[in-house]
Amino acid sequence: MSGVDVTGVAKSYGATRVLTDITQSFESGTFTSLLGPSGSGKTTLLRIVAGFVAPDEGSVRIAGADVTGVPVYARNIGMVFQSYALFPHMSVAANVGFGLGRRGIRGKAARAQVEEALEMVRLPGFGARHPKQLSGGQQQRVALARAIVIRPDVLLLDEPLSALDRRLRQEMQVELLRIQRESGLTTIFVTHDQEEALTLSDKVAILDRGRIVQMGRPAEVYERPRTKFAAEFLGDANFLTGIVRAGRVEIAGAAIATEDRLPPDGATVTLAVRPEKIAIRPADAAGSGALENSLPATVASVIYTGTALTYMLRSGDLSLKVFAQNSDGSPLAEGSAVVLSWAARHSVSVEG
Amino acid sequence: MPPEVGAAGLPATRRRMPPWLATAALLLPSYAWLTLAVLLPLTAMFVFSFLHATPLGNKPVVWTLEQYRAFHDQPYLLGVAWTSLAIGLWTTGICAVVGFAAALALVRATAGRTRETLLILVLLPFWTNGLVRVFSWTMVIREGGFLDVFVRWFWPSAPSLGFLYTTPAIVLGLVHGYLPYMVLTCYIALLSIDDAVIEAAQSLGARWWTVLFKILVPLAAPGLVTGAILIFVPVIGAFMEPRILGGRVGVTMGTVIEDQFTQAFNWPLGSALAFTMLAVVLAVFATFSGVLRRSAAT
Repeated sequence: MSGVDVTGVAKSYGATRVLTDITQSFESGTFTSLLGPSGSGKTTLLRIVAGFVAPDEGSVRIAGADVTGVPVYARNIGMVFQSYALFPHMSVAANVGFGLGRRGIRGKAARAQVEEALEMVRLPGFGARHPKQLSGGQQQRVALARAIVIRPDVLLLDEPLSALDRRLRQEMQVELLRIQRESGLTTIFVTHDQEEALTLSDKVAILDRGRIVQMGRPAEVYERPRTKFAAEFLGDANFLTGIVRAGRVEIAGAAIATEDRLPPDGATVTLAVRPEKIAIRPADAAGSGALENSLPATVASVIYTGTALTYMLRSGDLSLKVFAQNSDGSPLAEGSAVVLSWAARHSVSVEG
Repeated sequence: MPPEVGAAGLPATRRRMPPWLATAALLLPSYAWLTLAVLLPLTAMFVFSFLHATPLGNKPVVWTLEQYRAFHDQPYLLGVAWTSLAIGLWTTGICAVVGFAAALALVRATAGRTRETLLILVLLPFWTNGLVRVFSWTMVIREGGFLDVFVRWFWPSAPSLGFLYTTPAIVLGLVHGYLPYMVLTCYIALLSIDDAVIEAAQSLGARWWTVLFKILVPLAAPGLVTGAILIFVPVIGAFMEPRILGGRVGVTMGTVIEDQFTQAFNWPLGSALAFTMLAVVLAVFATFSGVLRRSAAT
């Protein structure tokens, strides 16, 4: 049974189209990230699933039931907000117990479930405190406990970690993943942080201007981006545009090999190559014959960050970027001639 | 600023004023004015309240506590006090319900220019002369007034709905005058509530009445209490509305005190009654300040 099904959903605010024909299935028990820049419609999609926004077209099903016309309070969802949104006038226990009270669970049964939820977020015994007495990370844990204690059909997370500092955010990522795995809740997570999306998710959906341009497992989306936008938004990419000739792509005088299916000869295609997939060596050094593609280039500049090096290179009128490990401690000098090489399977053909 | 500036060659006169001097200079005008305009006359009145008779002409000055026994000596004053209290409670209660609802609508359902315009309209009673405001009601609610004319448009043989010279008429006039306080204090309190808090409650299964009574009212309680104090205190001392709209039934502490000064010329009794009321009001404040502090702490 699927957790959440969105079918043909569209939403406009006035003349602005925020979402266009979104059809997507969020499988039961999976953790899916909606990743996109601001204005891509990811929050609107989440709010449509929650019921705060009514779609202009299309339908939403949660746990098999059509909830398109069902108000928020009757949807059995758990939601965590960026601003925590704890009830400031209630104790932690009252906050966590709020949803139980709405479901008629009170007294001893409610107290036991509240304590269980607080233990799950590693805040046992915090029930008597007030939100103001907690740190940001603790408040977010309480918000999470409040959302999961009601055993929702879907857990909706609206950038819940972006108000936390870096260290706390990484800690909470681990916690969030553990709690999601333990509870087995279908989870939809909105974020603009690509690293967060890759670390946490079973599936990543990339949104661009109101459309889901690609959805799949993190490694799948990262290694085989389907569009230029997906390649660029998730990680870094070099784009090589050239003409198809005899099963290869002619770029800057070189014939680049790819394992992707190419259009017939004469068509223009764009290949994406991840900067860390490219090996760099001085032009006079012996080549490693294993890699199908090689391209001569000149080092334009080097960014030194200790563990890694970022080379900015030029090859004809092409600009390229390469990430290299700082393995021998002596980066190549600016202006030196080099040869770049990479495997055919790392040239990914992408749509404009 | 480094402490050695004077030694660095700048003339000593260019040193900054000590901070306490600036604070004192800013506070002095208001506090001096308040002392003159409020404290002195009030002290004089307090002294009067211990006199036997108004100290005018050649009457000898006789000190006494008898004025404070008024509630004991003239039991009808207890009834008057009760009327004032009832009017105060009704007015405050109606203002709380109507004002909270209006503030909620302003905060949740309006924005930009619409909200600005509506807020300014709320303040209209403050801009109209009090006497004009109250007298205009007499024309509306007297028998055969605008209210009756309006109703008889639709139902020509309607009985008169006029209720001038009744307690509800007094409450109506007072609500009209004091409602803006409640709208404004509730508006400010509601404005500070994060939208996400309301959405969180809805996502957990709360319907509108649960959101209203478990989230909005408790979180806006400081605004409701402030508004209630701002309204209740002047209302129990009000004399214009009871006199004009209440007629014979409009005998309240406000009108009794006013009578002592303007009609009976018994300033000592008027002052004693006024200070008794002040004591009651301070007791109300003391009770509510505890509530306020508790809600501010959470």
